[in-house]
Amino acid sequence: MSWSLFKRMWREKRLGAIGGLIFLLFLLCGIFADFLAPYGMNEPDLTVRLQAPSSEYFFGTDHLGRDVFSRVLIGAQLSMVVGFLAAGLATVVSIVVGVLSGYFGGRIDMFIQRFVDAWMTFPDLLLLIVVISILGPGMPQIIIVLGFLYGIAGSRIVRGSVVSVRETMYTHAAQSMGASTLRILFKHILPNVMPVVIVLFTTRVGATILAEAGLSFLGLGVPPPSPTWGSMLSGTGRTYMYLGPWLALAPGLCLTIVVYAINVYGDALRDLIDPRMRGVR
Amino acid sequence: MQAYIARRLLALLPTLFFASLIVFMSMRLIPGDVIDLMLAQNDVATSQDRARIEAALGLDQPLLTQYLDWVGGVLQGDLGRSLWQNTPVTEQLAATLPITFELGFLALLIALSVALPIGIYSAMRQDTTGDYVVRSFSLLMLAIPSFWLGTLVMVFPSVWWRWSPPLAYVPFFEDPVANLSHMLVPAILLGLSMSAVTMRMTRTMMLEVLRQDYIRTARAKGLSENLMIARHALRNGLIPVVTLIGLQVPLLIGGAVILEQIFVVPGMGLLLLEAVFQRDYPVISGIFLVVGVGVLLINLLIDLSYGFLDPKVRHQ
Repeated sequence: MSWSLFKRMWREKRLGAIGGLIFLLFLLCGIFADFLAPYGMNEPDLTVRLQAPSSEYFFGTDHLGRDVFSRVLIGAQLSMVVGFLAAGLATVVSIVVGVLSGYFGGRIDMFIQRFVDAWMTFPDLLLLIVVISILGPGMPQIIIVLGFLYGIAGSRIVRGSVVSVRETMYTHAAQSMGASTLRILFKHILPNVMPVVIVLFTTRVGATILAEAGLSFLGLGVPPPSPTWGSMLSGTGRTYMYLGPWLALAPGLCLTIVVYAINVYGDALRDLIDPRMRGVR
Repeated sequence: MQAYIARRLLALLPTLFFASLIVFMSMRLIPGDVIDLMLAQNDVATSQDRARIEAALGLDQPLLTQYLDWVGGVLQGDLGRSLWQNTPVTEQLAATLPITFELGFLALLIALSVALPIGIYSAMRQDTTGDYVVRSFSLLMLAIPSFWLGTLVMVFPSVWWRWSPPLAYVPFFEDPVANLSHMLVPAILLGLSMSAVTMRMTRTMMLEVLRQDYIRTARAKGLSENLMIARHALRNGLIPVVTLIGLQVPLLIGGAVILEQIFVVPGMGLLLLEAVFQRDYPVISGIFLVVGVGVLLINLLIDLSYGFLDPKVRHQ
């Protein structure tokens, strides 16, 4: 995102710009988590079990005496890695499927669209659970599954945009001059669907972070001992929340703030660079 | 109208075919060593169970035969048997589906009774403080994960007031009050998360309708604001909202899986999670299929009701 676009967003869509800044803050926390964390993420110290938040332990400690603040920071890192890689993969899948379906049309389009219809009848979480139950939990599996899940669903938005670009004068002109299909795709179609793709990517980051947290909560996400936000709210930690209620706060609050921030930022970005997409989620 | 229904049914066929293919292929993805893992996880299983599991999953047949056998079974209402309990999957579904249905239905009622009035209010008072508060709230509800909200509801009342939501399931026909007091908390949480999107949609649609000429005419002839909303604006504004409810059914089911786990509601979601941890694939694929077909049918019904609500749709 360019500086001038951000300045425009700050003037016209203040809430969205603030959302972007908050997200950036979490991103930086994730990148530098290893330096920022005062303690190791899996450094048990049984002498300080279930300590309430204090100046020494900002978010308190858990039932094994691990510092919750450090774990939340590492959790941010994991969330960002999953969010960016899965949303990136989803975007690539959306582009490939959307362009194939939208540009070539005809039978291919018909075939792909009926498949996408069928794919979208299954609830996201159900598809995730079923596929993870087969592949087994793990970071790479989750990224791939999330990428394909949201990629196929998002392909419809890219397709719509490709169809409208395909019918423009400049595309017809390029076709009649005998430009190769690849040239048309890369020089004319792709650059013109880019705004849609950027917005799609932004909203997918939030969606994949939330989906990973849900899976981790159910015990199907990134396996322990990695402290993901979802897994910090589930499992053995749950039983100790009645003794240390602060354990229930930090991970959920971070998750909510990050997703809220990226959602308002995505909304603002969409209004600024592609007003036609208003109302699309 | 009959031609319209026939068209919709025909359009459903290719989607149903692909949906069945997705469920079937997901079963085929199971790698061979998973069967070893299943056997290792289960102490009672012996080496001769391996052949039984492979046969039950149909892995010893050619692909096309497997698919046709499976579809043939499904069409006769046979979804296979649970690998560990050995009860028919249809029986397990019959026991759990109504519970999830009740949860979803309550949640939908709550979502609509929250979202519609607030959405309409928000549209009528566009760009006022009230509208702004409502919109920020609905964006926030979109971001709060239901499993966190569920956790908070479990933990904090218990810490502060020594009260926690009831977790014992009682069938509705045995004791409706006990049943509802158990279901109410998860239903409220599920309903609130659903209401966010519905609220936004209702607001957008009402805004669109309020700009129409016939609304101006209604105002000009001196109709009271309430009557104008009830007679003219709502009827036209709510048609797309009906579609949205159909689109939210998958969300409702996904949310139910998580909330059933937190509040120990013995519905389909809990059955699915148990099956996942036991790697009970016939149960998993049975649920997968029933949900997929269920969502398709609900959307078909909504499409058809659309035809009733809006005569223009029928003649397209």
